[in-house]
This record gives sequence, structure tokens and C-alpha cells, in this order.
Amino acid sequence: MTKIDHLLKQTCEWLRGTGPNSDIVMSSRIRLARNLEKFPFSHWASKKQEKEILEVLETAVLGSELMKGSLYARMAEVDDVDKQFLLERHLISREQVVHPEFKGVAVGDKEVVSIMINEEDHLRIQVMQSGFNLQECWRIAGRVDDSLHKRTQFAFSPDWGYLTACPTNVGTGLRASVMLHLPSLVMTKQINRVIQAITKLGMTARGLYGEGTEAEGNFFQISNQITLGSSEADIIDNLERIIRQVIGHEENARKVLMKQNKELLMDRIWRANGALRSAYIINTKETMALLSMVRLGVDMNLISDVDRRAVNELLILTQPAHLQKIEGRVLSSAQRDARRAHLIRRRLEGR
Amino acid sequence: MLCDECGKNKATVHLTEIVNDQVTKLNLCETCAKERGQDVEQHFGVADLLAALSDVEAVPQAAAGAPSKLKCHHCGLGYEDFRKIGRLGCSECYGSFKPNLLPLLKRIHGAIQHVGKSPDPTLLKEYKTLTKLQEELEAAKQDLQKAVKNEEFEEAAALRDKIKFLEKKMKEGKG
Repeated sequence: MTKIDHLLKQTCEWLRGTGPNSDIVMSSRIRLARNLEKFPFSHWASKKQEKEILEVLETAVLGSELMKGSLYARMAEVDDVDKQFLLERHLISREQVVHPEFKGVAVGDKEVVSIMINEEDHLRIQVMQSGFNLQECWRIAGRVDDSLHKRTQFAFSPDWGYLTACPTNVGTGLRASVMLHLPSLVMTKQINRVIQAITKLGMTARGLYGEGTEAEGNFFQISNQITLGSSEADIIDNLERIIRQVIGHEENARKVLMKQNKELLMDRIWRANGALRSAYIINTKETMALLSMVRLGVDMNLISDVDRRAVNELLILTQPAHLQKIEGRVLSSAQRDARRAHLIRRRLEGR
Repeated sequence: MLCDECGKNKATVHLTEIVNDQVTKLNLCETCAKERGQDVEQHFGVADLLAALSDVEAVPQAAAGAPSKLKCHHCGLGYEDFRKIGRLGCSECYGSFKPNLLPLLKRIHGAIQHVGKSPDPTLLKEYKTLTKLQEELEAAKQDLQKAVKNEEFEEAAALRDKIKFLEKKMKEGKG
């Protein structure tokens, strides 16, 4: 059993289904971008330099008292299914999967903190919390950042803040994002208006798996775009205000649906519940769409024999690499569809 | 053409892989390609966006038909490289390309002055102390090896105590 296998036994922090507003907010995340002073940015560094960056940062990260006992892996030594597995758990980025050479990841206790080495920036510190809790994410991220400042020197300019490979991250190097489940705004066709408004306010909305992914399962990630000229506290505060508005809209849409279109709502939820409990073959996309409806049923207290955490866990356990880790072997797409259906039936029946 | 993986959907992603001179061709539908982790989305990259943004600023230059010859003295990345890949080469690039970057940053962030967190000077001091201790420790360890080799046992004992002391100090400093 590898170190990575142990993660399979625990629920990721962002899927615990607890914390403030957890009926609509899945999770909150803060990411900080940092770079070493002396080296070129990872993409422009020679192989020798990339190796040095990796070694310097491994020492700094693993020496930090806050990362004691963390799981550490060099991406080049991780097999394909495990890489995909870490990606599905939001512990690494796609970049780390596609170009694993000289890259590393440290995952802290309960998967709250993960630190990527040699990503677009030398260091990406990521902190996750279940529910709507950016403040706690920032508190933890700040402490991790400070503990690393003791062990290494980051590129910083008084004018432009923390210097990053891409000028879109310069300044605070901070990206705050919140993952929301917005099925009612999708059903009532208000979602595009909401996203347009968010974009106008300098925020971005993306799907569950980040840049360029669809909003499968009605999950949307909303994050800040601006990193220079506002303090961390202001960036987080601005995002929080907007998120609160979006939560309000989703709550309202749920009430309206319940009042004006109850049969339609009940039909969607209970059909989804029925399909998941009866299917023998099911792909990821359909799974996500149906689980979204069941989650809505749970969150609106319409379904009571399953809890939110069980639904959340299914969202990730049914992903391709997770299924293969559970089965302990490589599965073809068709095999996965069958095993996925089996797993869902068993879990929803509480067995 | 149908997808090689599921055999159901139309194949829209065509991959050619060359491994040890063996050419394999794979035709996949979008769903299966995604499941295999192949990037099928046309990534509308940051580079394109940045190029578009900086174009506006570079109008006089573009009109003159001369691409910028600016290069970073530290890492050798040219400003034109940056426009193509959308990433700077090193932290010094910010200084090297300052006149071009200022309007770009203004466009992206609406600001050009950082106001957030700065590295805490006490942490910097701790970093320097720790680095110095680390260096002393390495030196003492090397001296100890030499002393043992030359059978200078009194010297070796003193060095051993020094190493213990330095290690203790480093541990304290790490709190």
C-alpha cells in the first residue's frame, strides 16, 4: 500500500459537507503563489535549476513545523492513476499531471493544506475548508506562508508585491475561491445572468475542475481576478460579499421552485434518486447531474435517508481514478461505468 | 469514424503517439478523451489574452513594424517571448520590462502599487539567523570528520559539543 492509498480512506476536507452555508457552499479555498528569489521561474529554468528549486523547496516545506507528518511525493515517481487521483481530490493541478518532471506535492493533515512545487510558480500554497469559510483558509495560509518565510526568501518588491511568473497573479499572489452548488439558479435559467454580473465585478466563475471545465453537477467556482492593489483582507471581503449575494439568489430560487413548481422539482429530485439506485451502467457526467439533484433533495430536507456527506463522497469516489483505486486495478471506460453504478447502488442503500 | 474507446460516439480527438519508434494512432470521442485526461478543450490561454492586452499599448511599436528587442539582462527572456508564452522568465523581468509592464498591470488589475502583505522583517531575521547557523553546522561537521581522521580527539570532542549546541539552537529557532 502506498502513502497515497491511505487518502482513499478519508474524506477530503472540501467534501466534508460541514461548515457555514454548507447547503449551498461546498468549499472555500485560498491559494498563494510564491517564487524563490535566486532562480528563474519554473517554465524558464534549466533542468538543473528546476531540480535545485525542487530540492530547496522540499527542504523548506518539509522542515516547516506546520507540515510535519505530511505526505510528500515527487510527481515523476507517482503512477498515472495516482496522479489522476490527486487531481480529482484537488490536491494537485493539471499542469503537475501533464508535466510531472521536477514537480512535487506535500499534502498536510486531513488534506487541508497542499503545497505544490514547480507549478507555474515555484510554490503554490493551497488551503481548503469545507463550507463558506475563507477567513479560516486565509488564517491557515498566512501561517504556512510565514513558516516558509523563515526557511527561504521569496521574490518580493515593495511596489509590486510577490513576483509571479504570470503578471495576473502579481501582488498578493492570492486567489480566493468558493465552490457553490447552484442547481436552482440553473433550473430557473438565472445562472447566466448571475455569472455575467460576477464577471463584471472582476470575479471569474468556472466549473468543478477549474479552468476550461464545464460546470458539471451544477457546481461553480467563483474566484477573484485582481491580485495587485488590494490587500488580502479586501480581496477576501469583496469576494465574500458577492458570494453572499449568490447564496441569497440560490436560496430564493429554491423557495420559488418549491412554491410555484413543486411537482417539477420533486420529479427531478426523485427521478434522479431512483435512477442512481437502479442503474447498472452510468458514466461520470450523468452521475454528476443526478447526484446534484439528490444533493438538492437532501439540502432541502426532501430526502432524509442519505446525508450530504454521503452524496459528496459519491461525487469523488465515482471519478475515474478513484474507482480504479477502489478496485485496485486499471479499468476500461465500460468497466468503470458498471463499477460506478454498482458503487452508487451500494452506497445509497447504506451498505 | 467511431471512438476507439467506447465505440459509440463519433471520434473528434485524434492522437498520434510515438513510443520507441512505434506509431500508435488513437481516435477518441470528447468524453473518452476527457476521461483519459487528454486536454481537448482549446485552451484560450493567458498568453493570448495578455498579447491582446499589451497590443493596445504597443500600437506605436507595432505600427513601426518593429517587435520589441527588449531582453531581461538577468535571465535572457525577450519581451517578445513574454508576449508569446504569457509568462515572465524571472523576478528580475519585472524591472527589465517595467515601462511595458506598467500599462499592462494597470489594465489587468486597475492598479500598479502593491498594498497587501509584505515579508515580516522579523521572519527575515530568523531566516538569516537560521541560514547562518546551518552554515556553521555544516562547517563544524566537516571539521569533525577531519579531526577524527587525524586522530585529534580533544578537538573532535569540542566539535561534537559545538554541533550539539548548534543543533539545539536551530531547533529552538524553528518554533
